[in-house]
Parts: sequence; C-alpha cells; structure tokens
Amino acid sequence: MIEVSNLTKRYAGHTAIENLSFGVKRGEIVGFLGPNGAGKSTTMRILACYQPATSGTAKVAGFDVFTQSWEVRKRIGYMPEHNPLYIDMRVREYLKFRARLKGLSWRRSRHRVDVVLEQCGLTGVSKKIIGHLSMGYRQRVGLADALVHEPELIILDEPTLGLDPNQIRQVRQLIKSLGGAHTVLISTHILPEVEMTCNQVLIIHEGRILASDAPTNLQNRLTRQGLITAEIAAPLPELKRRLEALDDVEQVAIAPSDQNYFHCTLTSRSQTDLRLAIYSLVQQEGWQLRELSRSRPTLEDVFVHITRPEKLEEGY
Amino acid sequence: MAATLALIRRELSTYFSSFTGYITISLVLFLVGLSFTDLLLRLNQGEPTDVPVTEMFYQSWYFWLILLLASPVVTMRTFAAEKALGTFETLVTAPISDLQLVLAKFFSSLVFHLVLWLPLILCVGVVRHFANDRSSFDVGMVASTYLGVLLLGCLYMSIGCFASSLTRSQIVASMISFALGMAMFLLGFKTAYAPQKTDRMDGFFSHISMVEHMQDFVRGVVDSRQVFFYLSVTVFFLFLTHKVVESRRWR
Repeated sequence: MIEVSNLTKRYAGHTAIENLSFGVKRGEIVGFLGPNGAGKSTTMRILACYQPATSGTAKVAGFDVFTQSWEVRKRIGYMPEHNPLYIDMRVREYLKFRARLKGLSWRRSRHRVDVVLEQCGLTGVSKKIIGHLSMGYRQRVGLADALVHEPELIILDEPTLGLDPNQIRQVRQLIKSLGGAHTVLISTHILPEVEMTCNQVLIIHEGRILASDAPTNLQNRLTRQGLITAEIAAPLPELKRRLEALDDVEQVAIAPSDQNYFHCTLTSRSQTDLRLAIYSLVQQEGWQLRELSRSRPTLEDVFVHITRPEKLEEGY
Repeated sequence: MAATLALIRRELSTYFSSFTGYITISLVLFLVGLSFTDLLLRLNQGEPTDVPVTEMFYQSWYFWLILLLASPVVTMRTFAAEKALGTFETLVTAPISDLQLVLAKFFSSLVFHLVLWLPLILCVGVVRHFANDRSSFDVGMVASTYLGVLLLGCLYMSIGCFASSLTRSQIVASMISFALGMAMFLLGFKTAYAPQKTDRMDGFFSHISMVEHMQDFVRGVVDSRQVFFYLSVTVFFLFLTHKVVESRRWR
C-alpha cells in the first residue's frame, strides 16, 4: 500500500528525515513511533502530498505522491497534527463540506456523513458548532473527516493528543476497528497505544528507521534479558544447588520471602523458557511453588533501548 | 466543479455566519449613507443640474474610501486565516487543484464585495422616487456603474487574495493589500498633476488611471480597453496567487 524508498527531506540547515525506506501492506495498522522531532510528521506530510521530499520516492497504492498527487489524495484520509478544523462550522455541515470537497456526490455525501457520525459517536452533537465542542469530540470530528470518503489509506498524526484516558480508549477502539478494510498509519509517542492497536511498528529516531517489526517480535528481541521469578518453599542450600544446575541458567539470586518461601530470580542464557524446567524440578522434589512468571520486556523497554542516545548510555 | 461550489459556499457562509461579515457590511453601509446625505445636500442647492445621480455620488470620493478600506478587510481572511488555523493543510491535501482553490477564494470575496455595494441601488432609487423625473434613474447608467464596481472589485479582490496568500497573519495581509491597492489608485494622479499631457509617460499613466476609468463608468461610458485592462490585471494577480499557493510543492 505504501512504498517509501530513500526518502530524504532537508529544511534549510537541518535534515528532518534521511534515506527513509519502508513498506506497508494493505489492511495493516502501522504505528509510527518516535520521540518528538524524529521526523514522523514530516514523513506523514510527504505521504499526504502536503510537501515534497528533497529526494527519494514515496508511492501510495502504486501512485507517486509527487507526480500523481491527485490520485494519491483521492485515496487517503489525512488528519494533521493538532487536528485543525473550521471552528465556526457545525459538525454535520463541516463533514458534509469535506465530503463534497473530496468529490462525493450530493446523495452519497449525505449517506456517508450519517455513517461516520454514527461510527465516531458524533450523532448527538451533529448540530453543535465545532468551536463549542470539547477536545475529545473535536478529535472525533477530525477522524470522521479522515474517514468520510472511505479512503484506502488513513494517515493520522497523533490522533490521541490531548485526550483523557477514556477518550483515548475510545479512539483506540475506533482505530482498531478500521484495520482490515483500511490501511492505517498512525504516529504517536505513546507506547501502550502502539502495543494495543498496531500490528506493525516503525521506530523512527533522528530521521532514520531504527526498527520495523511486529510489536511482539520487537519484544522478543529483548527477551534474553527477561527475568524468571519464582517463589518456592524448599531447603535453601538444596534449592540453590539444584537451580544452578539447571540447563541454560546464567544467574540465580535467592532472597528469603515470608514464611518459609524463597524469592528466586533467574536469568537464562538463551531464548529457552526456564519455567517448565523449574516446575518439573519442584514437582520432582515435592517442594511447594506459589509463583512462577516471566517478565516480558515492554515495548517501552525496546523503545528506550533503541532510541537512547549514546552519550546517555555511557552515563547510566 | 462540485468541489469548487462547495468551497465557494463555505467561504460565503463564513462571511455571513461571523461578526466580521456583518461589521464590514454595516460600516460600508454607514459610509454609503454619509455619501448619500452629501449627495442630497448637493441636489438641494438651488440650481437644477444635468449630471447623472451616479456621477454625483462618485464625485463625493466616498467611493474610493469604501473600496480602498473594505477590500483588504474582505480578502485578508482568504488564505492567511487558513494558514494560521492549520486548515490549509487539510484543504490542500483534499483532492482539489490549487487553481480551484484560488478561484473559489476569489469568487466568494467578489460576491461579498458586490453585496457590499447593493445599498447604492437603493440610494439611486430614493432619488428617483422623490425627483419625479424618470431620467434620474437610468438603467444603463446604473448598469455601467455596477460594471465599474465589478471590474474594480475583480482587481482589488485579486490583489487582496494575493496579499493573503503571502502570509499567515491577517493583519499583515490587509496591510499588504492596502498598500498595493493604494499604490494602484495613486498612480492615476500622476497625470492629473502633470503640466502637459504630451509626454509618453503621461499617456501611460492616463491609460491606467482608475479614477478616470470610473469617471467614464458612472457617466455610462463603457470602453472595452478599460474592461480589458481590469480583467488582465486581475488574471495577473490571480496567476501570482496561484504560484504562491503552488510554491509549497516546489522542490
């Protein structure tokens, strides 16, 4: 759906993005993740045909964003950062105007406006003036605008900016429901958002793509550093000896817990899951086990790991 | 085409759904009213006259005051407000061409400009009603006066759209268009104060003197050269506006 190759955008004096290449398949929900100023908005603006790239090409649905921008613009629904709207218009009037602008016929625009009002939960406020709406509702108006002409690709720049947790959940739900029928590209610097909604993550930092994978795969990259936690009631020396004797165990730390339980933390040398081995050990010895878990690294850990500047890394 | 009409409709609705539109209308109405009382005073000064009512109105100079003051206010919003609000981004990423956008902005401000001048017909009508003289309201004369208003409107609206496309601040936009409009207006006076009109330069300035053009229009004289002059300068400024809007996509 999207093919970007060697995309570079330079402003006077600094490079916003450099040699960006990535691809997005049809029907995917892709999260564009990066700290502020990483080049997310610039990339999205180029894809939405708002500004040209300095060099490189980007194609949406097979059409070049620079030379065939008309075809591209017909196929995308774009919501810019900060969601600009005409605050003097009424919700329904605005969506109707946008639908007509995007080339929908009079009858079709009426139908589509009804559909997106329903879809975005705006039916109750359709006659209100946009300037009088709360942030959450305005964001939904922006979303409704992006959806109104049933675009193949939906580009949302920070769709949950400035919303409260409840509203964020609703917007997320909405975005999730768009997957499959539409391709969605959202940018954000909120990690749980990507973890929950996207099936593909692009991590961008200082104008370069640092990682591109499914969220779970990205987490697996760090799983080696994942910890196994177990609480076992057993004689201490025996426990220590037997745990250290397990295959692939790198480190074992044992601390007394309450009653006669011991809190054990283990790290493994390879990708193997130690939990099974621990369980069968406990069963074999007739010990008691009350907790056994593996802490998986969150996407946040991955993100910090990948985007941390070198200088800081030394400092820690 | 449907998209252009939707744009024009939305533009016009902002004039009529906001205070700025009505404030502009009422201020212009106030100035037209002032010039009308001025006109009535002069009509009542004893001597009967054969000068057309439209020309008498024009002689009071309120016409230029209104045109020069109102046109920057009417057009300052067009592009500058979109840029300041950020809606310019959603607008140009919709599948409409830059030319469509420029034309829609231009025509909607032109329509509003014409609405501003509607009260003038009423004034002429009042004079006709009380003068008991059919010749004081000559349809051809009023039509040619409005042709002048339309042509000058084209010119000043295109200047205003151009100024507005240059900046994101409405104040800056109105200052630029006021300066450009004022300069165009004052160029015409170079001939009026010249000692003799033999010089080729003076011929040129007389040709572009909008004061003289309008003088013809209010007398009912329509000269195709003048029509061509206004239309071509309008097209020139719209062309510049189009280039400015398009420049975003240059690389």
